[in-house]
Formats: sequence, C-alpha cells, structure tokens
Amino acid sequence: MVDLVEMTPCAGLVPVTAGALRLTEAAPGWVTVLAPYKGQQGALGRALAQAHGLGWPEPGEVIAGKSGAVQWFGRDLALLVGPEPAAALAKHAALTDQSDAWAVLRIEGPGATAVMARLTPLDLRESVFGVGRTARTDVAHMAGAVTRAGTDAYDIMAFRSMAASLVHEVAMAMRRVAARTQ
Amino acid sequence: MRIPCPLCGMRDLREFSVRGAALPEPEGAAWSAAWDDYLHNRDNPAGESREFWYHGQGCGAWLVVTRDTVTHEIADVVLAGAEAGA
Repeated sequence: MVDLVEMTPCAGLVPVTAGALRLTEAAPGWVTVLAPYKGQQGALGRALAQAHGLGWPEPGEVIAGKSGAVQWFGRDLALLVGPEPAAALAKHAALTDQSDAWAVLRIEGPGATAVMARLTPLDLRESVFGVGRTARTDVAHMAGAVTRAGTDAYDIMAFRSMAASLVHEVAMAMRRVAARTQ
Repeated sequence: MRIPCPLCGMRDLREFSVRGAALPEPEGAAWSAAWDDYLHNRDNPAGESREFWYHGQGCGAWLVVTRDTVTHEIADVVLAGAEAGA
C-alpha cells in the first residue's frame, strides 16, 4: 500500500533568508472562492456575517475576524480564508474549494517593500496600498494577489503550479535588495 | 500608460490587454450592412476612441476605456456591462 504524504506547495523551497529579509510559507487553511449569484452580494454578506462573523468586502479590502478572513479577489469574487465554508453560503454563491490551488508566501523584514517593487507594478506607497489592503496584480509576470500584512510584510499568492518560479523570483529580488543594503 | 480601473485604482498598462473598439451590437440576427460594418470595418481615429480593455492580471473585469489616441489622455473608464451598449 502506497503511503501518500501531504506536501504544502512550497515544501522544500522555503524558508529563504537574505540579510534581514525572510521568506516563509503561510498555511492559510481552507481557501474557498466565493462567486455570488446575480444580485446576491448583500445576502451573501449577511450570511457571511451570521456564519463566520465576516462580511462581503469592498474592492481591495480584507475583512478579518476571529475565525478567518474574507479577501477581495476580483470583480464579484472573494476568498474565504481559514474556516470551512458554512453550508448556508451555497444558497447565495458558487463556492469553489481552492485550498490546495494557491501557494501563499510571507515576505517580511526591512526592505520588503523594495523587494515587492521589483516584482509587481503596484503602487506600494502606504497612502495608496496601506496595511491590510489586498490587490490582484502581476507578480513577476504571474497572475497573483498581494496583501499587505504590515509596513514591511506582504503575503503573496500565486498558482500552486508556479510555486517554484515564485520562490525563485522572490528570493532573487531579496538577495539583490539585501546586497544593496549591506 | 496607466489605466484607472474602477475597482483597482490606477494600474500599470502591463496588467491590461486591449480587445478593440467598443461598438454597439447591431439589432437582429439577420445579416445586414450594419453587421458587416460591425464585424469588419474600423475607423482609425486620431483623437477620442472607445475601446474594450481586459484587466486580466488584475480584477478580471472588462472595461470600456474612452481615451485620446493622440495625447494618451484617458477621459473615462467604466466596467463593461455597467452601461448600455457596452
């Protein structure tokens, strides 16, 4: 009998350190795409509030609660991160389990913003992209998502199939930023 | 060039791809000169143009962008489907 071992998307690729910068893998738990049916956004928001203490996010918003978070993920799309979705949500939205589909990395340390600036065309000034904001954007030419976890901390999402490329690109940018600051 | 996406805010051109002129679809399914015009004939305006742009490396929304092809000035960006004739 073959014994299958569960592996995270970036197993064996992280952690990576360069100077004071550190790249680790985040374990988000359940990741469910919520795509509300036509005109059901309000009802879905109420169902999210009732079931998980969360709500429907505005563009670029992350609603964090005790049990998890709802992260805006595109036009009429959001991610439920953390908890297993309550059955009541399925009445108002198409739910897709993508827990194993995304590689999620956390980069932190002084200079993390300079690293991100090498990877994405996002405007990373805090007045535009403040702590707690999220964006769908281009990450090293990959379709991904970036969430600002702190002044010098970001969560980066990309397709699991691109995990090795993502770690390679981020690690390279980290080493280059670290080399300039040493 | 940067495009102010109604959902994402000001974003770099590399997140977008252009589809072409945003023309109103002719009425009826029967072939007509209007359909021929819609499918095949395009102006090449030096000035204001109305185009579909796709924010594929961003929020995934189709946009109708009104811009000036001479000055690259963007006059208006709306979500496709949010306005009549889009």
